[in-house]
Amino acid sequence: MSDHDHHHHDDGHGHDHDRPLSGPALRVKALESLLVEKGLVDPKALDELIDTYETKVGPRNGARVVARAWVNPAYKQRLLADGGAAIAEFGFVGRGEDIVVLENTHKVRNMVVCTLCSCYPWPVLGLPPVWYKSAPYRSRAVIDPRGVLKELGGGIADDVEVRVWDSTAELRYLVLPERPAGTEGWSEEQLAEIVTRDAMIGVAEVTVPKGNRR
Amino acid sequence: MNGVHDMGGMHGMGPVEIENNEPAFHSRWEARAFAITVASGYLGKWNIDMSRHSRERMPPVEYLAATYYERWLFGLEKLLAEQGLVTAQELQTGRAAAKAGVERVLRVPDVANYLRHRIRTRLNEGAPPKFKAGDRVVARNIHPAGHTRLPRYARGRHGVIDRDHGVFIFPDTSAMSGDKKPQHLYSVRFAARELWGPDASARDSVTVALWDDHLDPA
Repeated sequence: MSDHDHHHHDDGHGHDHDRPLSGPALRVKALESLLVEKGLVDPKALDELIDTYETKVGPRNGARVVARAWVNPAYKQRLLADGGAAIAEFGFVGRGEDIVVLENTHKVRNMVVCTLCSCYPWPVLGLPPVWYKSAPYRSRAVIDPRGVLKELGGGIADDVEVRVWDSTAELRYLVLPERPAGTEGWSEEQLAEIVTRDAMIGVAEVTVPKGNRR
Repeated sequence: MNGVHDMGGMHGMGPVEIENNEPAFHSRWEARAFAITVASGYLGKWNIDMSRHSRERMPPVEYLAATYYERWLFGLEKLLAEQGLVTAQELQTGRAAAKAGVERVLRVPDVANYLRHRIRTRLNEGAPPKFKAGDRVVARNIHPAGHTRLPRYARGRHGVIDRDHGVFIFPDTSAMSGDKKPQHLYSVRFAARELWGPDASARDSVTVALWDDHLDPA
């Protein structure tokens, strides 16, 4: 059975106002108005929660952490020793305060999954993408990490060790990818621009986009 | 529980498909489902473990067919009903029979602070560790009908303590009765071949975060 997470049924894909609500959209609307009527939720607080994860918290946070670790050896040391505390230096705190940072090297590749649900380092990466929460990734990452990596376009050499981390506790993992060659002399800000979410989950490497080569 | 949510190692789920430039939410209803769930958590009537367990109890066929936030919706309705915040009839009719008597409701000024502190599972209590880094352990072969964070693929398997993270709430009891049962949490490394047999790479491993009550000395 394939996972249907990515189909999103007939939810309108951002066109909620253009067609009649159906299925889950209708159910959520009914539940929200019931909770408001019961005095259990405040719609303005709901807007604020959504805005936080749509505009304020996302993988750009993690990218700044990674870039600093690349240019600042003392910071990197703090980050690997106590991820949560070093990340809090940026003001990125909250759900998942115990963050363990996993360093990739040319001999070790780390890859993060949550086989049981969808645990993910919200303060540094925001909300998890659909594929991370989907049955294909959750089922395969632990039994066939090399197959998954290959399928995602980044096959891995036989002599590289793959360490998969299953997020079964209130520990969150952030992968510190390898700094790509050709970025010598780049500023922290420039480096942050090329760090991707997928690299910080451990399913991709950071590469220098063609336009950025100098 | 040996539910379908415990997916590690299953076959046949299809390819992993990454969507480029994926938005935080794919539709307004997903955003609202997310927000009412997080805001309801602020009411303080359940913990994160109960919340996870509510979603795991979705019937397997529905769970597999549902999108992510449909599972959240299922879990939220279950928790609201179980905690007596909303009646089955109110859920059915969508009309409130009476106001709920709750002590605190999430308001805009509290949102940032709530997100900052919403999950506290590390405890400062001094429960002694049963293991230390380097110890060989075996994950218990247990099959509780309730919530557990010990995935099926690791049960009965031998591993090594990679590090001790200190004392945390034990989710398996926290989800069922609210009992925190403070104990040490460890990163336990299992060789890929120990988990998956001789076809797995000899170099690879899976590290699982497990608690004292999941482990025995090997």
